[in-house]
Amino acid sequence: MTWLLDLTPDEWNAVRLSIKVATVAMLFSLPPGIVIALLLARGQFWGKTLLNGVVHLPLILPPVVTGYLLLLTFGKRGPAGAFLAEHFGIVFSFRWTGAALACGVMGFPLMVRAIRLSIETVDRKMEAAAGTLGANPPWVFATITLPLILPGLIAGAILSFAKAMGEFGATITFVSNIPNETQTLPSAIYTFTQVPGGDEGALRLTLISIVISMAALVASEVLARRVGRRMDIE
Amino acid sequence: MSVLVDTSHRLGDFAIDARFESAGRLTALFGPSGSGKTTLINMIAGLIRPGKGRIEVDGRVLVDTDAGTFVPKHKRRIGMVFQDARLFPHMSVAGNLRYGRWFTPAGERYADMDAVVDLLGIGSLLDRRPARLSGGEKQRVAIGRALLASPKLLLMDEPLASLDEARKAEILPYIERLRDETKIPIVYVSHSVAEVARLASDVVMLAQGKVIASGPTEAVMQRLDLLPAEERGEGGAVLDTRVLRHDDTFGMTVLASAAGEIRVPRLAMKTGALVRIRIRARDVMIATEQPAGLSALNILPGTIVALSPGEGPTVEVAIDCNGATVLARITEQSRQMLKLRLGGTVFAVVKTVSFDRANTGAGLPVEAHG
Repeated sequence: MTWLLDLTPDEWNAVRLSIKVATVAMLFSLPPGIVIALLLARGQFWGKTLLNGVVHLPLILPPVVTGYLLLLTFGKRGPAGAFLAEHFGIVFSFRWTGAALACGVMGFPLMVRAIRLSIETVDRKMEAAAGTLGANPPWVFATITLPLILPGLIAGAILSFAKAMGEFGATITFVSNIPNETQTLPSAIYTFTQVPGGDEGALRLTLISIVISMAALVASEVLARRVGRRMDIE
Repeated sequence: MSVLVDTSHRLGDFAIDARFESAGRLTALFGPSGSGKTTLINMIAGLIRPGKGRIEVDGRVLVDTDAGTFVPKHKRRIGMVFQDARLFPHMSVAGNLRYGRWFTPAGERYADMDAVVDLLGIGSLLDRRPARLSGGEKQRVAIGRALLASPKLLLMDEPLASLDEARKAEILPYIERLRDETKIPIVYVSHSVAEVARLASDVVMLAQGKVIASGPTEAVMQRLDLLPAEERGEGGAVLDTRVLRHDDTFGMTVLASAAGEIRVPRLAMKTGALVRIRIRARDVMIATEQPAGLSALNILPGTIVALSPGEGPTVEVAIDCNGATVLARITEQSRQMLKLRLGGTVFAVVKTVSFDRANTGAGLPVEAHG
């Protein structure tokens, strides 16, 4: 089994980078994910169907298309990319931040779906009861709605993380495959398979990829069960 | 302290057009399901915005559609106890109880945790989760939670409707204590004659979205003709009495009422305590002469002041017994046989065993009627 952990520095970097990219993608997706899920679950507004469609686009488009659209929008010469680089110094193209953006976008529909479903199961009568006790709407959200949708938040976050760990097409199209910068686990595996004698390295990274994904899944199960037990809903 | 509601509201093909005003300790909104009582209480709480109208609590305008006033629910300081308790599942009982307190401005917190816990007997439940409580316990915690927000008015929406008889009997005394020992006025929604007769100082009777009668409980509850069909059998006179003495030989309590002494099964109350009794009209027999050789212990002489046709073959007879009105439901055949007529002198006969826990309860303190 030692050969499994006997990684070259570049392989280690790919593992570390993947975890960093997936974590950042997940954390930065959560706030907009909650807002969009709330809008879709409860909002009554013109264009709701359109918003729903746009959110789900990454799920149905070929990843290469999503990656190319990101390149057009957030690339050096893209409108959003140029604006962010100029005013906030945030650069996405050919950086790990771009990989995180691509992963976040690809996982976003999965996250929004999970959170939206849990919001729809919240008994709005509980929120009304909190209102009669003097809580204004933001407080009701923070003290009643948010704790009640916690299992859905966890599920959405893990889905987003898992998707990010496996994202390949959009990432490689948007930010290419640069070792130490944008070469995540899938890209590294892909690279190994393209060179003669790379099978062992590909297998090592594949196993590591499986371990990380399984660990995330188990962690989410444990968390969800703990939250469920605390809540103790009959 | 007063509540004024004057509103008209449409919900699909159901229309509410109700006006009432009450300054009572416990005002019951009473009517069959679908009469609009829950809609009205939700309007007072701020959970429903009336299409048109005005709502005032203690002189504070909460809703005035003409002026565009609508105070949101979290600024009303009106407590609400729901039929389904609605305890927060992710908090302990103590967490639920403290929730409203947190949002009450420090200067306006009059409710004391220990006093409320003691009043409702929920001290042993504080660490539990709502899912681990019985229906009756949940409802007591829900009452405590509403009280601890230090509300200016407490609304109760059929708090006993989803409980079985044993649980109802468990909670009723707590609601009586709430009514008599706290200063918070209560508006109580119910479709049960038994609850209303036992608890209310004032009644607003509703049918199909309209107020059909309102006033002090004793007066409104005499209108047997207005009771919803399914509750008519429970209708009867409501009398406020006082414990005169206990008869331990036979396990009875003697009550002093305007109509005379009334013997009921032994009550666990002190001599002199106020007792509210309801004498179901169907439990009252009428005799034209002082009966002899009869097992019934309560024989109240009086004068017939009203005779009105009831449902089917029945006649409802109102008998004035020295200022207290007792109602009797008899058949038309009996009325003709006894030749009952207005102004006739009769005896109302009531068996002691017709009184049970459902129609005897703690009476309201007299000053509350003022």
